[in-house]
Amino acid sequence: MKILVCVSKTPETTANINFANNNTEFDTNGVSFIMNPYDEWYALVRALEITEANGGTVTIINVGPSVNDAVIKKGLAIGAKDAVRIDAEPTSALFVAKQIAAYAKSQDYDIIFTGKESIDYNGSLVGGMIAELLNQPYVSYATSLELEGNTATLNREIEGGTEVLQVETPFVVSAAKGMAEQRIPNMRGIMMAKKKPLAVVAADSSDNKEKVVEYKMVPKDRSIKMLAPEDMAELVRLLHEESKVI
Amino acid sequence: MVLVLADHSNGQFKKATLEVVTYAKKVAELMSTECTAVVIGNTENAGSLGQYGANKVLTISNGALDNFDSQTYTSAIAQAAEKVGAKVIILSHNSTGKSLVGRLAARMDAGVISGAKALPTMSDGFVVEKNVFSGKGVASYKLDTDVKIISLMGNSIQPEVLGADVTPEALDTQIEASKTKVLERKTVSGIVPLPEAELVVSAGRGMGAADKWGIIEELAECLGATTACSRPVADTGWRPHHEHVGQTGVAIRPNLYFAIGISGAIQHLAGVSSSKVIVVINKDPEAPFFKNADYGVVGDLFDIVPRLNTALKEFKANNN
Repeated sequence: MKILVCVSKTPETTANINFANNNTEFDTNGVSFIMNPYDEWYALVRALEITEANGGTVTIINVGPSVNDAVIKKGLAIGAKDAVRIDAEPTSALFVAKQIAAYAKSQDYDIIFTGKESIDYNGSLVGGMIAELLNQPYVSYATSLELEGNTATLNREIEGGTEVLQVETPFVVSAAKGMAEQRIPNMRGIMMAKKKPLAVVAADSSDNKEKVVEYKMVPKDRSIKMLAPEDMAELVRLLHEESKVI
Repeated sequence: MVLVLADHSNGQFKKATLEVVTYAKKVAELMSTECTAVVIGNTENAGSLGQYGANKVLTISNGALDNFDSQTYTSAIAQAAEKVGAKVIILSHNSTGKSLVGRLAARMDAGVISGAKALPTMSDGFVVEKNVFSGKGVASYKLDTDVKIISLMGNSIQPEVLGADVTPEALDTQIEASKTKVLERKTVSGIVPLPEAELVVSAGRGMGAADKWGIIEELAECLGATTACSRPVADTGWRPHHEHVGQTGVAIRPNLYFAIGISGAIQHLAGVSSSKVIVVINKDPEAPFFKNADYGVVGDLFDIVPRLNTALKEFKANNN
C-alpha cells in the first residue's frame, strides 16, 4: 500500500489574526505555524495506521517555501517514511492541487489523503481537485476508513447523518474528526526524522485563478445586555420583539 | 448564463436549495443574464424552482447518478454547464456542494470561492466575500476567469419568491458508471442539520456530565432548535462528534445561538461568531464569551435553563 498525505501549514488554532499592508495581506508577525490539524490528526495518523496493519509506505507532500520544512519534519517524526516539498508559494487551491497531481501522476499511490479543510482558508477544495486531475474517485469528510485488500469501506459525514460507502483503490479521501486520534511524536521519532529523505521539487508553472483583494476582521459590534436569572420571561420577550429571532 | 445545482433530499427541496436558487437569480440579474437550475435525479416538483428565480429548469435522470458520487455528478453538471453556456456555477456549501466544488473547478479550470457569504459586487471586477481563518476574518476574492464557481454558505440569503413555476426540460447526459458504491445512508429525521439550522442550543463543560443534558434538549425542543456542543464535550464522549461546533468542528451561522456553560475559547468563537444573535449563560462573569454576546445571564445554568424553558412554554402558549 502506497499512500500520499497532503499537508498544509496553517496558523496555530489560538492565533490572533491580523491583516497588514492596507488589509491586503495576512499579517504573519507573531503568529506561530503548525501542520493543519485535519491533515495531521486525522489524515496522516490514519494513513500510518493503515500501513502499520497492511504494510506499505506513507509519503507526505507539501506545497510551500523552505520555512515549511519544520512542519514537514513533524510529519516525518510522527512516522511518515519520506516527504516531498514542491518549492512554491501556495497561492491558490487549484495551483496547489495541480502541483500535487503532477507529482502523484507518476507515483501510482493507492490512496491520497487530505484533511477535510485547512483552518486558514477553509476551502475544502484541494482533495476534490486532485481527484479530478487524476480522474479518481473522491470521498469527502470521511470519519472512518477500513481497508480489505483493495476495497475501502468509509463512513462520510452528510447533513444530519452519515453515509457508508465502498470504493476500490486508487482514490482520494479527505479526513474529518473520528478518522484517527492525534499522535504526539516521541524522541526516537524526532531523531529518526532528521535522517528521513525530504525531496525538494521545482513547481510546474501554473496561473492563479483568484486573488484576495481585501481582508477584514469579523465585525464585533455586539453590545451585551445582561439579564438576571429571574428575568427569563424578559429574555424571551427581547428575543421575540427586539431581535426578532423567535 | 448562471447555472445552479438544486440539491434535494428524496425529491424535496430544502431551504438551503431555495436560498441558493434565489442567490443564483440575483447573481444573474447583476450580470444581466438568466438563471438555469439543474436537478439531478427524480423530482416531481422541479418546476417549482421557477418561483425562487430559475428562468429554466433542467432535469437529469441517469442510472449512473442514482447515488451521490462527486465524479459522476461533476460530469453531469459540466454537461449541463456546457449545454447552457454557464459563466457562473453555484452550489450549496453543504456536504454535496463541498464534495463537488473543487472537482468542478479543476474540471472547468475555473476560479472558485468555496463558502461565499454574500452576493458578488461588480463595481471593480467580480468580487465575493467569504469567511477565512475559521471565522476569525473575512476575505474578498476577485475572480477574473471566464467561468466562475461559487459554493454558498447556508443562511447567507433568504429564499424569495421571484417568479412562477416553469416547465422543466430533460437533459440527456453521457456518464460513466460510478466507481463508488453507497451501502447505507443513516440520517436522523425530524432534526435540522447544524449547518442549516436557524436556531442552535449549544452546551459545554459547565454541564458537568453527559446525563445532565435533559434541560438542554428540552430547551432545543421548546425552540425547535438543533443541539450542539463545544469541543471538550465531544472529546469526552458526552455528545456525538457531529454536534461539535467551532474551529475544528462545524462552522455555523444561525439566527440564534445559545451558549450554555461554554467559556468562549477563541477556537469556539471562530466557528460561531457569524451567528446573528448570541445568548450566553455562564456562572463565571469573566467568561470571554460575554464579550462576544448580545444577551448574557450570569448564574447557575441548572437554575436558569429550567426558568427559561418555563418562560418559553408560556410564550408559546400565548402566541399560538
